Amino acid sequence: MELKKINDFTWEIPREGNMKVSVLIYTSSALLETVKRDRTLTQAKNVACLDGIQRHSYVMPDGHQGYGFPIGGVAAFDMDKGIISPGGVGYDINCGVRLLKTEFTAKDIHGRCEALLNQISKEVPAGVGKGGITRISKNVLREVCLRGAEWAVENGYGEKDDLQKTEEYGKMSGADFTLLSQRAVERGIPQLGTLGAGNHFLEIQKVEKIYEKETAAVFGIHSPEQIMVMIHCGSRGLGHQIASDYIRQMENFFGVENLPDRELIHAPIRSELGRKYFKSMAAAVNFAFANRQMIAHWVRNSFRKVVGTSGGMDQIYDVCHNVAKIEKHNIQGEIKTFCVHRKGATRSFGPGREDIPEVYRNIGQPVIIPGSMGTASYILVGTREAERLSFGSTAHGAGRMMSRHEALKRFRGEKVKRDLESRGIALKFTGWKGVAEEAPGVYKDVNEVVRISHRAGIGRLVARVVPVGVIKG
Amino acid sequence: MSEQKFVFLDHTADAKFRAFGKTLEEAFENSAQALVSLMWDAARLKKVENIAIHINGNDLKQLLLNFLEEILYLLNTREFLLAEAISTRILHDDSGFRLSTVFRGDRFKKDYKVFGEVKAVTYDEMKIEEEDGWMVQVVVDL
Repeated sequence: MELKKINDFTWEIPREGNMKVSVLIYTSSALLETVKRDRTLTQAKNVACLDGIQRHSYVMPDGHQGYGFPIGGVAAFDMDKGIISPGGVGYDINCGVRLLKTEFTAKDIHGRCEALLNQISKEVPAGVGKGGITRISKNVLREVCLRGAEWAVENGYGEKDDLQKTEEYGKMSGADFTLLSQRAVERGIPQLGTLGAGNHFLEIQKVEKIYEKETAAVFGIHSPEQIMVMIHCGSRGLGHQIASDYIRQMENFFGVENLPDRELIHAPIRSELGRKYFKSMAAAVNFAFANRQMIAHWVRNSFRKVVGTSGGMDQIYDVCHNVAKIEKHNIQGEIKTFCVHRKGATRSFGPGREDIPEVYRNIGQPVIIPGSMGTASYILVGTREAERLSFGSTAHGAGRMMSRHEALKRFRGEKVKRDLESRGIALKFTGWKGVAEEAPGVYKDVNEVVRISHRAGIGRLVARVVPVGVIKG
Repeated sequence: MSEQKFVFLDHTADAKFRAFGKTLEEAFENSAQALVSLMWDAARLKKVENIAIHINGNDLKQLLLNFLEEILYLLNTREFLLAEAISTRILHDDSGFRLSTVFRGDRFKKDYKVFGEVKAVTYDEMKIEEEDGWMVQVVVDL
């Protein structure tokens, strides 16, 4: 496979065979090696063959092998000639990250971090057997799927201002609850308000470094040691079921004979199945927004119970990193509408876009990039160049580079926990196995991922935060 | 042929396994064992509940995917933890493939540990091969 270096942070795989566009990879020579080891690049090439794809099939700096589409994959499609693919969104529809700031410093909560983690895990159900808050009715689930975080706020979970500071303002339009299968509904009902397991987590963090003072101040980040809370989760079984349902329906309708990879199944955006998938996906997007909204509310409550106040806990932003969106982009002076798939990629809109809240409109949207368990996370700001370079997208996390299987051979959960504790990080979790699987060493270096984003111009560094307490679902 | 019921292979982000059987049915049953081994210890479950399952698929791969997805569905909606799938039968006719099986296991209780979560079963690198017995290969999204 031919790899052409464009600059220190961009490589290209030129068009060949059935590729309609070339593949563009934002990476460094060091991380490129990890990407070459698995099927990331082959998968990005397969995406480049899909109908109506525009400009390039992109791989973000944290790119790694997925199924069908690579993780860290971005692909924009023409609305008339293009396609929409459940595999280009992922099974965890609107998996995303929410960041809350406080006016506390690390000193203010010193000695109470463990109590906070205990309280939060009591209020936020994490795993199987713990269920959601209550078994909501189907009618309530319908409201959740149609109105997202707005439903949550109206029902006492959080504040109106939170909605302003959420992608899509917490409610993606176009959702149609009647299209959801009985199974999706059944799986959604017991899981509303749950964190889930795997790579999902909730962290109490402190600011370690501020790179861009003025931008940080607009986000509400003003000094080192300032305490933050980060929530990483998605649409749970409801989203997984919708993805599986539409993969099956599209297979049955379109057949799988001509696909290079069965997970790449797709439908024309304008077809009946394409439209239905989008409307069902939007319902799962809203479910996930409501989910994170409820969890944020319980985190505030936990701070009130343990520390006495929530410490001015305002939302900085809430981003989706598994989603397809209908967006306007300026391509060589012409504004056109596209269906942008971001699978393990974060929107990174620069200043001036109406899609981002007024408070941030002059500087660009906050981009939240969680590291792996126990490592730093970053807050970036979206850029105008990103719109030109990557349809307004950047990385979404560290990106795995070691299998869970290998991680279990190499790491022991007990040792990972001890290491974290020796660095002053408290950990609450459900199983040693999960701790070992998510050990910091199994991920790419998040510092390198965000450095590439910054240098490539697709998301600029604003602040670095480090964990003081982790709840692993 | 391997005496093993299943084996895990390396995969960067997710879990990939191969399950084996003298018959296709046995390979399917063992793939269920592999799947649940990512979430709980099947040997520790009481087999107090039997659920009769009927699955359809246009082709064998879709049948396998739907079969394994059923385990995730029952976990989410009934907190049912599968210990084993038994008496599995796979039939092929003009309309495609049909599978019947019995899921045995128990509902989640406090003394059971669920240590992992599988989001979905995928077609990625899925293989169903017959060569001196059957082998199925599956990647699941974690």
